[in-house]
Amino acid sequence: MTDRPSWAPQGIDLTVPSVSRVYDYFLGGSHNFEVDREAARVALKAFPGIPKIGQANRAAMRRAVRFAVDRGIGQFLDIGSGIPTFGNVHEVAQAAAPGARVVYVDNDPVAVAHSKAVLADNPDATIAAADLRDPLSILEHPETRRMLDFDRPIALMLVAVVHFLSDDDRPAEIIATLRDALAPGSIMVITHATLGGPTPEGQRAAQKVYQRTATPLLMRTKDELEPFFAGFEIVEPGIVPLAYWRPDAPLTEDDETAALHGLAAVGLKA
Amino acid sequence: MTGRPAAAQDQGEPAPEHDEEHNLRRFATIWGRAIYSVTATSMTRVEFEAHLVPQARVLRETLRARPFDPRPAVAVGAALVDAHCTDPEALPSILGVIDAYLVLYCPPPADVPADEARIRCSRLQHAVAVGFSQALRERTLSEQESISRAALGAQAEAERALADSEAKLRAVFEGAAVGIGIADMDGNVLEINDAAARMFGGEAHIRRRNVSDWVHPENEPAIRGLNGELVRGERDGYHVEKAYPRADGTVLWANLQVSLLRDTEGRPQYQLALLEDITERRGLLQRLRHQATHDALTGLPNRALFFERLDQALDPDGPTSRIGLCYLDLDGFKTVNDSLGHAVGDRLLVAVAERLRACLTSDDQLVARIGGDEFVALYTDPPGQEAVTDLATRILDALAAPIALDDRDLRVHGSIGIVYGPAGSRGAADVLRSADITMYRAKEHGGNRYEVADPDSDARAITRHGLTNRLPEALERGEFFVEYQPLIGLEDGAVLGAEALVRWGHPVHGVLGPDQFIPLAESTGQIVPLGRWVLEQAARQAREWQLDHPGGSCAPRVNVNLSPIQLHHRDLVAEIAGVLEETGLPPGALCLEVTESALIGADEDALKPLRRIADLGVAIALDDFGTGYSNLSSLRWLPVSVLKLDRAFTRGMRRHPADPVDLKIVEGIVSLAHSLDLTVTVEGVETRTQAEHLRALGCDHGQGWYYARPGPPEHLHHLSLADAG
Repeated sequence: MTDRPSWAPQGIDLTVPSVSRVYDYFLGGSHNFEVDREAARVALKAFPGIPKIGQANRAAMRRAVRFAVDRGIGQFLDIGSGIPTFGNVHEVAQAAAPGARVVYVDNDPVAVAHSKAVLADNPDATIAAADLRDPLSILEHPETRRMLDFDRPIALMLVAVVHFLSDDDRPAEIIATLRDALAPGSIMVITHATLGGPTPEGQRAAQKVYQRTATPLLMRTKDELEPFFAGFEIVEPGIVPLAYWRPDAPLTEDDETAALHGLAAVGLKA
Repeated sequence: MTGRPAAAQDQGEPAPEHDEEHNLRRFATIWGRAIYSVTATSMTRVEFEAHLVPQARVLRETLRARPFDPRPAVAVGAALVDAHCTDPEALPSILGVIDAYLVLYCPPPADVPADEARIRCSRLQHAVAVGFSQALRERTLSEQESISRAALGAQAEAERALADSEAKLRAVFEGAAVGIGIADMDGNVLEINDAAARMFGGEAHIRRRNVSDWVHPENEPAIRGLNGELVRGERDGYHVEKAYPRADGTVLWANLQVSLLRDTEGRPQYQLALLEDITERRGLLQRLRHQATHDALTGLPNRALFFERLDQALDPDGPTSRIGLCYLDLDGFKTVNDSLGHAVGDRLLVAVAERLRACLTSDDQLVARIGGDEFVALYTDPPGQEAVTDLATRILDALAAPIALDDRDLRVHGSIGIVYGPAGSRGAADVLRSADITMYRAKEHGGNRYEVADPDSDARAITRHGLTNRLPEALERGEFFVEYQPLIGLEDGAVLGAEALVRWGHPVHGVLGPDQFIPLAESTGQIVPLGRWVLEQAARQAREWQLDHPGGSCAPRVNVNLSPIQLHHRDLVAEIAGVLEETGLPPGALCLEVTESALIGADEDALKPLRRIADLGVAIALDDFGTGYSNLSSLRWLPVSVLKLDRAFTRGMRRHPADPVDLKIVEGIVSLAHSLDLTVTVEGVETRTQAEHLRALGCDHGQGWYYARPGPPEHLHHLSLADAG
């Protein structure tokens, strides 16, 4: 989208499934349209475990937010936030640390409009319409500038979004641009789809579903994620399956299955 | 809760009554465990179970209430939906745990019979199911509404942004300084902006027209081809300068950028034209070009434009096959300028230019002013030489009538040099030089006439040019050689010596005489090395002759010409001394010939080298004596010992009886010379008659074809031997 002039609007095509609305459907929400549900059903048929992965992802995100709050971080930049339904970063963060400030970023105009409605009464959370592929547009967005103090630590949340960047998008460079804007003591949270576990076939099928959306999905391995943490110190337990990242309860069988299909890691900027 | 068994069925006996709260929590734990895996809640298990305790309490209190009323349980179903138990699959688990464990862990008062308790529990489940269903429906509807509203909002936002951007684009379109036009693929103009309308001189002139309507003769046909490629989608744009007819009939020159606009499938849809009005810039450029290519005084094309056209005409790859050129120089213009002033001279030139312009009869003729009073008419592809001479005649005729300036009739004539010939073989400078030379021929012949360049004069002109460039290397390559023309004693016919005459064996032009290259050598300074070389050759030769005549006395001397340039060369004396030393030639066997004009007016300083050469014992001859304004008195003190009379004196003696005046003059000169101890040599002796006259007049030596032409040194030897014989 960077090749468009800034004043040219992004079109809205409701006949194309949206990643954030499909995700909402997986989480039992109704913030979706038939085209989204159709795509979701195809994915589910191929790989019924997706909702569990979604839950595990959200749970990992929640734990990571708490980790940030425990370190005294009161600012969150959540890129690729999608449709805010429940248990979002601002809910978790503001529950744990009242007054925590949250900037959501999404490139889906519907998700942005919905977020605006949901956040209308929340003075400490806001949404910026921008694209991860243009990190400067995020950092320079007026809402970002208004809400966040880049001289103090920020939790950069890249939850289930980096897998929508192809290698041609140069994800490492994008992340480095964001990293350079962060103050020491900031953290970066990445959760990412990975090809593993007993049902890679199903996963591939699910990946195919995403090819139909405006944002195809790209699985990456642990080794492929590591370079994204350049300039960060990856905190314990490293890059691990979602449920293994600092669990606050013993793992169940559900967790185990879901855990294999997503990776989570948190890096600390020195 | 960690480590506890997962299945509710494994739990033990119901709790004692005093520990009701504990039992309530046990129920909530069992309940939570059953539901948690089918919820989408973001709570942890512990949180979720804690969240269920108040709901379990509502169920317990409702079960026990008197009278029994199941309606409060409706809220429990709703609360579970609020806790994101939104999957219909959750409902059997929710109700199943109530059915199995509620009465067990939260029993109603003892007076409620077991059957009644079971009925109450069932009705509670119905109420929970109602609440769950209602809440799920409400939630679904509300979420659908919120996402729809978001979508609509986003769409509205996008439309607003689109409208916004359209407004901006519209403003750019309307307010742009460049002209913008959009046409469909058939060329019909759909839209134009104000700037374009202004450029064309009115909107009506371009709206609803077709781009192919605007034809202008100045446009190159290639533009049509470019547009064809664009319309067929073979190119995405082109950039040209194009002329358009404006509404008022004038021309609009536009810097035109046409781009193809395609639809999303890539099909050509519109042509977008961006026009920049360059009419003024173009006009300015043309004015500047006109100024740069025309003479400010007369308005005629100037030298630059003339050469541009001549170069074009002479281009071997160009379309021109023949050219005619009339080079005109005004006779006597300088006199007008000097006597009547530049202002009059200028007006005269303007009047001449006007008349010359009138002499042109077609577009392939051009007249230019290329110098002060020099004009040239260029005729491209004339039908024949006669057409060119006709043009020259028209020019001469045009100048025949006096030019009236301030009541004064000024007469100007012209001399014209004509060059006529094929294009492609000669350069512009050559052609012009040839015309220049020919023009001088016309002047020499009295002016007010034309002459046509002939191949000979051309060749001479070219040779002159080529020789100058080649002189230095010719000396290095040994292309020069020396011939000798004998000097004969008139009294006895003996060979006394010879004049060394340099020749150039040119690889292309053949043998060239000194008159063809010595002036060039003098003008380029090459005369100094060339003269030295000739001196060396001649001296060496003379020494050889001496060695061939052991007696020595009758060995031929050698005469060598000394150019005025050499005379002023610093090292002359040393060089001559060096050559004599080197060759072993006695100084008395060398005679240097200096032209009279080189010595006339020379002061003592200038004569010093010559005097020192004479002091060496070398003879000095005054060459071409009698051609200039001879100052006879100078003979007294010039360091000369020989007078060489110019051939002009001998012309009158070729016949009998000889011209008595010539005889008298020569007689006088001889007598004067002898009285000054000078010997007299006469050049150009061609007949026996001349020779006899000269001998009778007392001349000492003769030189000329009558005796011998210049030739190789051996010839002289034969002559000398023959003479001796």
